[in-house]
Amino acid sequence: MRLDPPFLASARVLAAGELDTLFAALAARGYETLAPGVRDGVIRLVPASGAAELPAGMHDRQAPGSYALEDGGDGELFGYAVGPDSLKGQLLPPHQSVLRATPDEGGLRIEPAPTEAARVAVVGARPCEVAATTVLERVLIGGAYPDPGAAARRKALFVVALECRRPATTCRCTSFGTGPGLEHGADLVMIELDPPPKRGGDPGAHRFLVRAQSPAGAEVLAALPTSEATRRDADRRRDALGAATRAIAASSNPEVVARGLLGHIEAPGWEEIASRCLSCGNCTMVCPTCFCTEVRDRSDLSGTLERERRWSSCFEVGHSLLTSGPVRRSVAARYRQWATHKLATWQTQFGTTGCVGCGRCVTWCPVGIDLGAEAAALAGTGAASRRGTT
Amino acid sequence: MTNASSAPAGTPVLVPLAYRVVARRHETADVTTLRLSPVADAVAPGRPGQFNMLSAFGVGEAAISLSAAPDATGEVQHTIRDVGPVSHALCTSAPGDLVGVRGPFGTDWGVDDLGYGDTVVVAGGIGLAPLAGAIDVLAERRRYGGGRVFVAVGARNPDQVMLRAELGRWLAAGVRVRVTVDAAPAGFTGGVGLVTQLLPGLGFDPARTTALVCGPEVMIRFSVRALVDLGVPPGAVRVSLERNMQCGTALCGHCQLGPLLLCRDGPVVTWNDELATLLTENER
Ligand SMILES: Cc1cc2nc3c(=O)[nH]c(=O)nc-3n(C[C@H](O)[C@H](O)[C@H](O)COP(=O)(O)OP(=O)(O)OC[C@H]3O[C@@H](n4cnc5c(N)ncnc54)[C@H](O)[C@@H]3O)c2cc1C
Ligand code: SF4
Ligand code: FES
Repeated sequence: MRLDPPFLASARVLAAGELDTLFAALAARGYETLAPGVRDGVIRLVPASGAAELPAGMHDRQAPGSYALEDGGDGELFGYAVGPDSLKGQLLPPHQSVLRATPDEGGLRIEPAPTEAARVAVVGARPCEVAATTVLERVLIGGAYPDPGAAARRKALFVVALECRRPATTCRCTSFGTGPGLEHGADLVMIELDPPPKRGGDPGAHRFLVRAQSPAGAEVLAALPTSEATRRDADRRRDALGAATRAIAASSNPEVVARGLLGHIEAPGWEEIASRCLSCGNCTMVCPTCFCTEVRDRSDLSGTLERERRWSSCFEVGHSLLTSGPVRRSVAARYRQWATHKLATWQTQFGTTGCVGCGRCVTWCPVGIDLGAEAAALAGTGAASRRGTT
Repeated sequence: MTNASSAPAGTPVLVPLAYRVVARRHETADVTTLRLSPVADAVAPGRPGQFNMLSAFGVGEAAISLSAAPDATGEVQHTIRDVGPVSHALCTSAPGDLVGVRGPFGTDWGVDDLGYGDTVVVAGGIGLAPLAGAIDVLAERRRYGGGRVFVAVGARNPDQVMLRAELGRWLAAGVRVRVTVDAAPAGFTGGVGLVTQLLPGLGFDPARTTALVCGPEVMIRFSVRALVDLGVPPGAVRVSLERNMQCGTALCGHCQLGPLLLCRDGPVVTWNDELATLLTENER
């Protein structure tokens, strides 16, 4: 990793013992703060008011179809990779109201759902999900019809990203250029340096190297009790990111995979994957860029109706429903839609890739289908990888 | 073809404007034409080939094409086949009833650059509705010396022939209209057979023809093949395609056809090899 001279100029050091000042600074600016927390044995994004609530010493073990947390007994505060939550939920809530309409003397009063957003800060977002947020912004806000709710929520969102020291076996950010370090896209970006080997151990060396990546981030950073970063701090970061980079497995070249997939639309491998795929849609739900939504009306006896927009998935048969029936009737066609959309057609539609290599779809697939491995195999020979766990 | 225009800043893109049904015409047993007039604010005038998202409040929304070119009344016209909950509620709404309108969305037939050479319009079933506004414009142009216009209409049976008033008007303006049905009772004097069988006899000059095609996807594929076989350049064929649509604004992901988002890049698309491949691949 190259070290620009401006790097040191922009980086500050925050002692781990002072992390509460960050939470306080965010609260003082009206942000509700979400941070990693353990729920049901999984790292989720949960409301947090201070560093004491962070899952100290917790480390994740992720593999196709499996996720487990173990307590390492150490003092590392962010020693895990991504959980099932991502920033997607902040831009595009799983359920949102579109409008309410109430009967009104022979007519209807149509009230658009408010699009103002409360300020939310997320502490501990990973570089790949910051990249995913940029992708989602393109889709939801960058087109001819910007989603006003998403635009308002994006504006009200403050992201404190954590660069990764402990990637999971499912992480593929290096192949997509989305991690383990982060050069832009967050408000603040931090990396944890020298966490104590034992919880409650000497916190002396435990600190965060913090940089601002936006004016709002710079303003918050200026309010924190930081000190100047030294060349040694910068070296520690470089070494940690270097080790993480080496630990992350490479996946095949995304451009080669994209072309190969589109050249194998009717290959037999899709059927083979479909024989394992449960078509549950978990992959699309945990995907930080999947944006599909459906719109449904509900009305009550008084005649008041509520129109709701909610997440949907191309694994549902109804996703492609026409009067003549669903277009993508078979599981093979639905799996192919997901894989080709993420890895190939997204590029034409939105000018970016739809996959950031976060690995969530691999971990949370109940049968452990590895999208990257399957796509590489299909793109190469048209056959599936036969690496599934069932 | 012209692209969809952007929404004014701050418009809640998924919230419809209130319109009232001002006229209703039953076309066939299951097809109804509605004229809708704005209660207060109106949507921007659309171009033939574009669609609106129509709300039957409490039931849901559906993508429905404009079935007439915009006129001075500010009303919008839609021709709807009753096939499910939303379309049923729309078809059975009566004058005075409220309907929500958002739009117009998507690409259009690009009629502005037509009417110099020949134009062939091929419609199957409800597919005539999205084409009607374009034929209106071309028929008017024909009346004042514009290019020749040929319309081939396919319907399941004689009772399913819709937009009869329009068909008569187009004939009167000098448009060559031919109708064929899949099956007819004894005594029916019109054509029986596939709409593609009408094409060789229409008398257009393939090399200077632009074709506009809308109908069921198989019908579109066979019609394009027949047109190209007759010598119409593939790039002179425009088709209107359909996928599930939940938003019309490139936000919901449901209208994908491979690399296309049909609410944004369609519904009207110029024929090319890539499109031909997409439509022959199974379950795209
Ligand atoms: C660009 C475009 C233009 C159209 N123009 C017309 C027109 O001018 N006249 C007309 O009669 N019909 C038109 N349709 C088809 C019309 O949108 C569907 O018939 C209608 O959505 C069916 O909804 P439903 O609730 O009545 O029926 P159901 O089939 O019960 O629908 C249930 C759900 O499935 C979805 N769905 C079902 N069929 C379709 C479909 N064909 N397209 C999109 N979503 C569907 C809807 O989201 C609906 O909520 C058009 C479709 C598109 C995409
Ligand atoms: S992969 Fe499927 S659910 Fe995800 S954005 Fe694409 S179509 Fe939607
Ligand atoms: S209809 Fe929603 S993206 Fe096209």
